[in-house]
Amino acid sequence: MKETFLLDGSTIPFEPGQTVIQAALAAGHYIPHLCYHPEFKPHGSCKLCTVKINGRTVASCTMPAEAGLQVESEIEELNALRRSLVQMLFAEGNHFCPSCEKSGNCLLQALGYDLEVHATGFRHLYPDRPLDASHPDILLDFNRCILCELCVRASSEVDGKNVFALSGRGITKHLIVNAESGKLSDTNISLTDKAMQVCPVGVILPKRVGFSVPIGERRYDQRPISAQALDDAPRQTDAGGNCAACEGTP
Amino acid sequence: MGNDLETAAHPEKLRRVAIDPVSRVEGHGKVTLLLDEDDRVHQVRLHIVEFRGFEKFIQGRPYWEAPVMVQRLCGICPVSHHLAASKAMDMIVGATLTPTAEKIRRLMHYGQILQSHALHFFHLCSPDLLFGFDSEMAKRNIVGIAATYPEIARQGVLLRKFGQEVIRITAGKRIHGTGSIPGGVNKNVSIEERDYLLKDIEQVVAWSRESVGIARQLFEQNLDLYNNFGRFKAHTLNMVRGDGALDLYHGGLRARDMDGKTLFDHYDYSHYWDVIFEDVKTWSYMKFPFLRSLGPETGWYRVGPLSRVTQCDFIPTLQAEQARVEFLAFNGGSATGATLGFHWARMIEMLHAAEVIQDLLHDPDLQGNDLVSKGERQERGVGVIEAPRGTLIHHYKVDENDQIVRCNLIVSTTHNNQAMNEAIRQVARQYIDGRKLTEGLLNHIEVAIRAFDPCLSCATHALGKMPLEVELLDVEGDRVDVLTRSSDGSFCS
Ligand code: SF4
Ligand code: FES
Repeated sequence: MKETFLLDGSTIPFEPGQTVIQAALAAGHYIPHLCYHPEFKPHGSCKLCTVKINGRTVASCTMPAEAGLQVESEIEELNALRRSLVQMLFAEGNHFCPSCEKSGNCLLQALGYDLEVHATGFRHLYPDRPLDASHPDILLDFNRCILCELCVRASSEVDGKNVFALSGRGITKHLIVNAESGKLSDTNISLTDKAMQVCPVGVILPKRVGFSVPIGERRYDQRPISAQALDDAPRQTDAGGNCAACEGTP
Repeated sequence: MGNDLETAAHPEKLRRVAIDPVSRVEGHGKVTLLLDEDDRVHQVRLHIVEFRGFEKFIQGRPYWEAPVMVQRLCGICPVSHHLAASKAMDMIVGATLTPTAEKIRRLMHYGQILQSHALHFFHLCSPDLLFGFDSEMAKRNIVGIAATYPEIARQGVLLRKFGQEVIRITAGKRIHGTGSIPGGVNKNVSIEERDYLLKDIEQVVAWSRESVGIARQLFEQNLDLYNNFGRFKAHTLNMVRGDGALDLYHGGLRARDMDGKTLFDHYDYSHYWDVIFEDVKTWSYMKFPFLRSLGPETGWYRVGPLSRVTQCDFIPTLQAEQARVEFLAFNGGSATGATLGFHWARMIEMLHAAEVIQDLLHDPDLQGNDLVSKGERQERGVGVIEAPRGTLIHHYKVDENDQIVRCNLIVSTTHNNQAMNEAIRQVARQYIDGRKLTEGLLNHIEVAIRAFDPCLSCATHALGKMPLEVELLDVEGDRVDVLTRSSDGSFCS
């Protein structure tokens, strides 16, 4: 018999070493998140995954699962907080969804829809962030970076290259590339790198792809993020019997 | 009264009347009249504030983003910008379109022509035309039309809706679609989508034909007014197919002077700057393009439905061609030079668009899968299209990193800038000079502007209830009196 905790009244079994979000997703329960990725060590920076445990707010992507925890996630208080976080991310960068080629495939946009963020909320900062188009096959549009460090993690942990890093602090924090010239063309990145696949928004883009996939056929056009996040999560196959959500998934 | 009315001889002695509709994103317009104590008109100017920041804004962006991004330029004809930019980017990627890609783009474009012309004629202009320019203001809107002419209003709404459905199916969305991409399109038209459009197309063609009839009747019933209202002579510019046929998607440029003499024909638009130049005037933010061979003083011209329908050699669909021939023959050809002839020509084009859509829907190439092509990469791309309101030019320079480094756009409203000024000066001479100003008289000016269908909030604000302020200023520029039309349509001083 596995140990369990309670999430919004449901019993969630977990393995030792799992975080709250890992156990929840594995059991088919969605908790909104942005910087968490099932294949990488948690980063704990975006705070979208914030839950309430025994009355305290914590990031569920860094919080180890423990037996008997009382976890609240789907409550208006937390969703209001999450909406504000999403609004702040939109205000901080230059996110123009109607003309962004990542629209429909963007995690930030999908979260916005899922959390029903309908208004701007904050005054937009409209930062001036020129593109890096120096690489023949890859474009960097820094306007959309949300500083989640997924590319940093992917490049070092999987690609073994360290192409990306964050530099600066607070509001001046920004993404840099590992080259003396500061140009992507002078790094050893390649199109097949894991770092090319993980950016949740539209920063790291293969060139000349643009809008070749029509509206309606893009990832989050089909099903909301809350349903799709579960697809990627490693599943609990023996969580007290058969898990319907696990059928057919690897 | 001054002769040309562009610049008054002694403006300091005159009072100023400004028609200043509240702005929206498309840019806004303001008409100023300078009047003396006897209400004589000395100066009339249409000022258009255009959203020029865009050409700067797009610098540095990757070229494949342009066809989608440019749609933010205009909430009224985004598809025209989408396609003009795509055509420019076809040149950048060195593409020759596949038959499927070109036909789907054409379908999208003629869907846009249909919806825009229907919106323009029925929603925005029919209240003026059917009730009269100075008819009771509360009734002079589409709601009034729906009450008095329910069938006309219904047809207008459904024609527009059909055009929007064509756009949705080809572009992916009714507004801000992404269907057209550099070198082609990103989706074809499925059998189901085709059949969905086919079931209504006969009705759409029939209603469009009836709409031409309405425009004709208006002329027949008010021959003097329609012939002479804001009438002026103008040179023309438009695009024609290789054989001289009307073609709103692709062709060469044709310019004729006001006496019908050809200035250039089948001109390759990728060097448009050799024949068209843009002038600036101190009193307006919008440029004044002119035909180089005639010079800045007299080289201004008119674009749009009236130029296209009168200057093409024929229309390549049966019913629209018949309508064109009748239009040219009507009353010795008088309608072809009339400002209100725009509406009749516009309805002929709407009929043509419906027929083209019908033909295309029966073409199996729409279901093809060969959607994109490319060739040798180029540095410069020019795309020209005949948008609902007239010739639309997009011009880009793209560097070796795929970033746009320069962009120049000439929209139809800019082409028609001087022509619209001429039209309202003519109206001011005919109707306003020496009379006490009333809302109905001022509406005559708007009727002339609306005939051109410019991309202005003042011309397109729904229901004919745009907020409007008319200021009477004394010689020092201080406000003596103000007339306000609020958004509920009431007009008070
Ligand atoms: S580039 Fe993308 S993956 Fe990298 S930090 Fe920015 S948002 Fe995250
Ligand atoms: S997902 Fe947990 S902090 Fe970002």
